[in-house]
Amino acid sequence: MNTTKIITKDLDLYYGEKQALHNINLDIPSYKVTALIGPSGCGKSTFLRTLNRMNDLIDNVKITGTVVIDGINIYDKGVDVVELRKKIGMIFQKSNPFPKSIYDNVAYGPRINDIHDKKTLDQIVEESLKKSALWDEVKDDLKKSGLSLSGGQQQRLCIARALAVQPDILLMDEPASALDPIATAKIEELIYELKENYTIVIVTHNMQQAARVSDYTAFFYLGQLIEYDETKRIFTTPKEKQTEDYVTGRFG
Amino acid sequence: MIIGVMIVFILTILLGGWHYLSWEFLTSPPEQGMTAGGIFPAIAGTVFLVLLMSLAGVPVGTITAIYLSEYANRNSIFTKMIRFAVNTLAGVPAIVFGLFGVGFFIQFIGGGMDHLLSGGGQMVWRQGNILWASLTMALLTLPVVIVSVEEALRSVPPEYREASLALGATKFQTVLKIVLPNAYTGILTGTILAVGRGAGEVAPILFTGAAYYLPQIPSSLSDQFMHLGYHLYIMSTQSPDVEATLGIQYATAFVLLVLTFLLNFSAIILRYRLRARVQ
Repeated sequence: MNTTKIITKDLDLYYGEKQALHNINLDIPSYKVTALIGPSGCGKSTFLRTLNRMNDLIDNVKITGTVVIDGINIYDKGVDVVELRKKIGMIFQKSNPFPKSIYDNVAYGPRINDIHDKKTLDQIVEESLKKSALWDEVKDDLKKSGLSLSGGQQQRLCIARALAVQPDILLMDEPASALDPIATAKIEELIYELKENYTIVIVTHNMQQAARVSDYTAFFYLGQLIEYDETKRIFTTPKEKQTEDYVTGRFG
Repeated sequence: MIIGVMIVFILTILLGGWHYLSWEFLTSPPEQGMTAGGIFPAIAGTVFLVLLMSLAGVPVGTITAIYLSEYANRNSIFTKMIRFAVNTLAGVPAIVFGLFGVGFFIQFIGGGMDHLLSGGGQMVWRQGNILWASLTMALLTLPVVIVSVEEALRSVPPEYREASLALGATKFQTVLKIVLPNAYTGILTGTILAVGRGAGEVAPILFTGAAYYLPQIPSSLSDQFMHLGYHLYIMSTQSPDVEATLGIQYATAFVLLVLTFLLNFSAIILRYRLRARVQ
């Protein structure tokens, strides 16, 4: 059961001259939720974005080391980034539905993969919205703009949009940081359900959230991976002093 | 102050020309050495000119803007060179464009075409015509198009691009399906601004195809054409009887002003809407 999905080895990342990640070695298990915590600017979001090569979009980024997903180093020359990103869904901090209808938002991914058959699309849209627990709220007005939904609904729409491409991995960059407690609870519940079928890596600022939703937790500080263990150990008996200080709220 | 000047300006033109304005004025050609008749060929020529100009300039400008905003590495020397070229182009006086049009389009390309088509025997393309004038005008308005389209592309939130790319869309799919549909009002604004500029400029077409007097409207790309601004210039400086054309001049100026105002005004409204949507 406890197979490893993502292995990073000696991963360094530089923005120009500035090194943002130092020698990150992390094994992320399949079908678990792994939380990345740490104070702002510690490199956790940067690390998350190395996993689907979103950092490629920024000028002047240099990455060394390897990120192996399903046995393949995604930074190898022959790797097709577009194919890679289809396998890895990403949810952003600020929900970012396209200014299109709910239906067209979810159907965007399948459509760029040349699925145009109406029945197939209908089915994918329905399934994805059901998986993201949004179907019951929107099934009667799929033609409504995605932007007309509430913040929490928008974020679940983004999750549905990511699921429609049938990824194995979901990367979430503080998915609930802009939401109210009720919407946050819904997202957390959803994460709990989704991990049955997906490997989830979530960046969060909220320690309680990490404790609630994750199986494993990695603590980042100043671009270094300080400690990585089962979540309950990180929060009860951390090995490192810095981790203990952070999770008990003494700094950060 | 500025508003006052503008009101006086418009009133002068309107008072001088308003009793010449009529449906007939707009739909008939000039007569009796331009002292009577209308300005229809000039209106039609202006419209054809800006249509051809947009057809040539807007796609090139849009593609350049897409390249600059979506693909180019901001710090590369090549990008800086393009930007420098665009800015320089924007600062070049219109008359220089006109001379360039003569040198490049008429002499070089037109001459070359005549040479190829008829061994240089017949002069068809090596003279001013509506095609060369439109292309010259397209060059003049290119910076306007590039700058406003680029602004429109930049107003599309980067989050949309990220979302699309993270879903496994290629860059091209992202530009085509996300960026362009969200920027179309800006592209339209750029086009209209360019058209407004093109409709009002005279210098670039002075040598490249505008005709002194031509009662027919152009029927082929190698025809010359009349143009509102040029017509105005002709009437006020070259006409045998300048005094007699005064009223017509005012009326023509009014038509030209209304045309460019309308275009600019619609561009402003579009831009305003675009801004409102982004915020």
